[in-house]
Amino acid sequence: MPRIPLTWLGEHAELPTTASAFEVATDLSRLGLEEEAIFGAQVTGPLVVGRVLELVKEPQKNGKTINWVRVDVGPEHNEDADNPKDPQPGEERPSRGIICGAHNFVEGDLVVVSLPGTVLPGDFAIAARKTYGHVSDGMICSGEELGLGPDPDGEDGIIVLGRGHAKGLTAEPGDDAIALLGLADEVVEINVTPDRGYCFSMRGVAREYSHATGAAYTDPATTVELTAQPGAELEVRLEDPAACSRFVALSVTGVDPSAQTPRWMARRLTLAGMRPISLIVDVTNYVMLDLGQPLHAYDAAKLVGPITVRRARKGEKLTTLDDVTRTLDPADLLITDAGGEGDRVLGLAGVMGGEDTEVSDTTTDILLEAATFDPVTVARTARRHRLPSEASKRFERGVDPQLPLIAAHRAAQLIVEHGGGQIAAQVTDAGTVTEPTPVTLGLHDAERVVGIAYTDAQVIDALEAIGCTVERGEGETLLVTPPSWRPDLTIREDLVEEIARLVGYAEIPSVLPTAPGGRGLTVAQRSRRAARRALAEAGLIEVNSAPFVAPSIHDALRYEEGDARHRAVRVLNPLADDEPLLRTELLQTLLPVAKRNLGRGEESVAIFQRGSVFLASEAGTIAPVPAPAERPSDADLEAIHAALPVQTTALAAVVGGSSGPDSWQGEPAPWGWADAFDMARRAAAAVGAELEVRQIERAPFHPGRAGELRVLTADGDSIVVGAAGELHPSVRKEFSLPVRTAAFELDLEAVIAAAPAVIRAVPVPTYPPAKEDFAFVVEETVPASAVEAAILVGAGDLAEDVHLFDVFTGEQIGEGKKSLAYAVKLRSPEATLTAEQIGTARKGIIAAVESAVGGVLRA
Amino acid sequence: MVRGARAPSRPPPEHSRTKANPVSETSPAPGGPTIDEQAITAAVDAALAAIAAAPDTAALKQVRIEHVGDASVLTSANRAIKDLPKEQKAAAGKLVGQGKGRVQQALGARQAELAAAEEEAALAAETVDVTLPTDRRPRGAAHPLWTLTERIEDFFVGIGWEIAEGPEAESSWLNFDALNADADHPSRSHQDTLYLAPEDSGMLLRTQTSPVQIRAMLERGAPLYVACPGTVYRADEMDATHSPMFNQVEGLAIDKGLTMANLVGTLDALAAHLFGGAPITRLRPNHFPFTEPSAEMDFRCFACDARHGVEHDADPDCRVCGGTGWIEMGGCGMVHPNVLRAAGIDPEEYQGFAFGLGIERILMLRNGVPDMRDMVEGDVRFSQHYGTEI
Repeated sequence: MPRIPLTWLGEHAELPTTASAFEVATDLSRLGLEEEAIFGAQVTGPLVVGRVLELVKEPQKNGKTINWVRVDVGPEHNEDADNPKDPQPGEERPSRGIICGAHNFVEGDLVVVSLPGTVLPGDFAIAARKTYGHVSDGMICSGEELGLGPDPDGEDGIIVLGRGHAKGLTAEPGDDAIALLGLADEVVEINVTPDRGYCFSMRGVAREYSHATGAAYTDPATTVELTAQPGAELEVRLEDPAACSRFVALSVTGVDPSAQTPRWMARRLTLAGMRPISLIVDVTNYVMLDLGQPLHAYDAAKLVGPITVRRARKGEKLTTLDDVTRTLDPADLLITDAGGEGDRVLGLAGVMGGEDTEVSDTTTDILLEAATFDPVTVARTARRHRLPSEASKRFERGVDPQLPLIAAHRAAQLIVEHGGGQIAAQVTDAGTVTEPTPVTLGLHDAERVVGIAYTDAQVIDALEAIGCTVERGEGETLLVTPPSWRPDLTIREDLVEEIARLVGYAEIPSVLPTAPGGRGLTVAQRSRRAARRALAEAGLIEVNSAPFVAPSIHDALRYEEGDARHRAVRVLNPLADDEPLLRTELLQTLLPVAKRNLGRGEESVAIFQRGSVFLASEAGTIAPVPAPAERPSDADLEAIHAALPVQTTALAAVVGGSSGPDSWQGEPAPWGWADAFDMARRAAAAVGAELEVRQIERAPFHPGRAGELRVLTADGDSIVVGAAGELHPSVRKEFSLPVRTAAFELDLEAVIAAAPAVIRAVPVPTYPPAKEDFAFVVEETVPASAVEAAILVGAGDLAEDVHLFDVFTGEQIGEGKKSLAYAVKLRSPEATLTAEQIGTARKGIIAAVESAVGGVLRA
Repeated sequence: MVRGARAPSRPPPEHSRTKANPVSETSPAPGGPTIDEQAITAAVDAALAAIAAAPDTAALKQVRIEHVGDASVLTSANRAIKDLPKEQKAAAGKLVGQGKGRVQQALGARQAELAAAEEEAALAAETVDVTLPTDRRPRGAAHPLWTLTERIEDFFVGIGWEIAEGPEAESSWLNFDALNADADHPSRSHQDTLYLAPEDSGMLLRTQTSPVQIRAMLERGAPLYVACPGTVYRADEMDATHSPMFNQVEGLAIDKGLTMANLVGTLDALAAHLFGGAPITRLRPNHFPFTEPSAEMDFRCFACDARHGVEHDADPDCRVCGGTGWIEMGGCGMVHPNVLRAAGIDPEEYQGFAFGLGIERILMLRNGVPDMRDMVEGDVRFSQHYGTEI
């Protein structure tokens, strides 16, 4: 993202001399240019210009010769008199004494002195110190020491004003050298949103700064003198005017190939985050950073006209400046010429040039390209070839189509200024510029959307400030023509944002709207909360897990062939290649979480999660993508819904190991299969539903210790909503879980849907109950639920409660049989039960159990 | 086996019985009547001494039998009174009666005294150490993310909004196109969004809960005030501040005449609900395809001095706001007319605002959670710490 050196910004907008990077960043942020980073000044403290008054060469024992120097550092910094113990060379005058090891200066030269208190790059703090027998009261600095890099003229030693780094500079002793050498430059890096391409330039950011602060602003694009006349110096053919609407080509001849980039420009490029390369390349980059128009310089001697801008052909190749040979895509836009075998690819339009026509250290004649490319074309090419260049970043966001001629001239002028040569008298300007379309805006539209009663003047001033042309339209409307650099302003809401932004978002009042009143949480929303809460209160801990799984999880959970849970949704671009599927059952990701917790030192596991599960749709695998301009047809919406995976919220739990810590109250019971069923029942009960359990064999459970969980729907159908049981030993081992670990999983939405909307009241009779106990001997395979059901049938209306309180097997009962003991509470709402009624009920129960499950009352 | 029918009817009331227990008319004691005053006084004194000396209620019971029992001197004397000459009866009766009365009173007092002492001793013997742990079946815990989500839902329900939901595997149209994201929008790239197979399936794991907004508009139309909390996915590698799976809550209000001022008002109220105190929020211009005008919303830091107002400087070392005084909370703005049109709402009649916040981020800021991974990995210790509160 763009880095803005404050001194560069100050060239286009009036910047207070005291403005800090933090203040500028805050000002810009108010208008939507968010701060990414701030880079502080490189040198702080008293770095001043000094004049060498006396210079004494003192040979040392180590063979070196040092200079003992008396320097005038200006009245503010000079010592009035010498220290009697350490007198300076020559006549005593207000000055300072400094020891210097460099030899490229003489008495009378102006040099750069860092006085005690100065901090140089690398946090190098300068202090007075005794060296070579004298106190050195500061340091005379080289370019390297100030972070300016090696001397541009190759001179070895310290900076002397007028030469090298300080070429063209002059000053008086005591003058601030930080400002003189541009070392105070603070830099703000900003984040530019995709709609504000114009802020990828100093020109645009300075404009925003002036909006934020009211500072005077000069558009640098308006100060460039256009000298070359339109003419066909070089033929340019635009084969695809939609992709390249304008192409300006301007020649400069006779440039000194050895010319250096001026220090200030190299420095600004560095501050802006670009590496100085050569005068010609640096100038094109500089103008791009300044105005926002990417430029490309060709070695004119290597070009063979005409230039054609066209789409690539299948199989075409190009070696780009980064030394990579790329196979081009027919959608890539190319700059080509007639070189090579008559049709040569020069570069990827707006992205990167090629090697063939690259400028080199012998180039004297150049052709500057400044074009307007289609943002989408450039963006796709940059993405396709993974080439996010400085040029493509700008073209993707849109470049002011009025800039090419201006930018080409500006670059040519800078090259001639610093490298000599001639700008051609004629410039090729192919293509056209599309004029912005005016937008109609109601004078009160901004007020209607923002809630501030803007005055007409505020509305018009804001729009004019950002460069719009504003005319009065019919009635209370304005006809607003956006400036060429604002392709993002196409509808009235875009203009409203500009008005709100310039007047300030901070001005918007705070008014809580009054909603018409909702219906609160839905039944499902309340129920999901209740189910979670019930399990937490029952001792389980809620956890989280992501839905991504490996295909191998299906085997780990022992799904058989044909199991619907194999129908997983696949992620096209998974984060981890080995986990491309979405879970079809919550236990697929909950069991690994159980394992992780045990691995982290837990000794038992009692966890649950509520989360989405996904089954691939059987209807189809492609969801239509209708045009977004209007509401899609119902058919389209139905097709979208049909294609989507079948999704529900599942509730699952895993319990294993000890159900509590070792206790002084006695050994804690281990979690087991019965707890899994109990937890499932509690969760269902919390949402008002009742589960029925039926014995089944189902993965990932123990074949003899699993049950399916069912509910009765509103229509009276019994449907399966989940399963519970003890985990199969191999599953348990796979996840390193405690013995007898159990689990359940419920389709929570189905359970909630089965709960009655209203729970009807039941009578609460005050007549005394009769309590009858029974023990029935049945075959071991008979489920207790069937015996209970038979008891209820046999007891008729009188059964208030049936509770199994004992299960017994043993020799007295007989092989393959079990005894189930029940306490049955009978009560009538009408009267106290008579002995006769009770006897009838008893007989009914015994008969019902016998006929239903072959149970025999135990004597 | 039968153990029922024990109380088929209630017992009859006991009106007929008398409560008083009259002295039985027994025959006089053999051996002739003699009431020796000295003997009575001695007997009373002996009884009182024995009562005082009784160490416990069992001993006292024995004392009662010995000194006022049937065979005791006092009882014998009492029995003998009826055989005395008429003129002696009154004096003897008084003597014996008073003596016996004193003894009975002393007995009662001593009985109460000893019983209280014995109960005290018995309870003292039952003393337990109530500081023993009672964690036989520890309470479970809820995951704080969902607890926080519920709090946020409750806020919106409280201001009259409803909570809307939608699927996590979603259509591209609802996640992008309907939200005015053009075909080349960078967020659509495979580097940002997880798509469902096969190629060009038109389906993805939703990257935001905004498709729920579209669904709500399509299904319910305007006016509409909904908050949409939910899990979303991005193609981000897991680290301390990123997760491929996280949770958002978005708000959407569509009505006649809603303005950005209403957006600010809603955000202010939400900020106060989440972080307490007098809310200070700030909007900065930003850009999103689905809103115009768009803004970034910042909440004033609730942790350091900055919370007292914009004129108060933030603590430079504040871990919540990083010394800036502001916390970036998410994006917001006025719903783009293209979005309204795609959802079948006439932008000339209705307008509204939308905003979105990250729930993990709120939990991290509000409760000081240091690492995103803690909220995703499912370590029980993370949830356990919160119980069912946050």
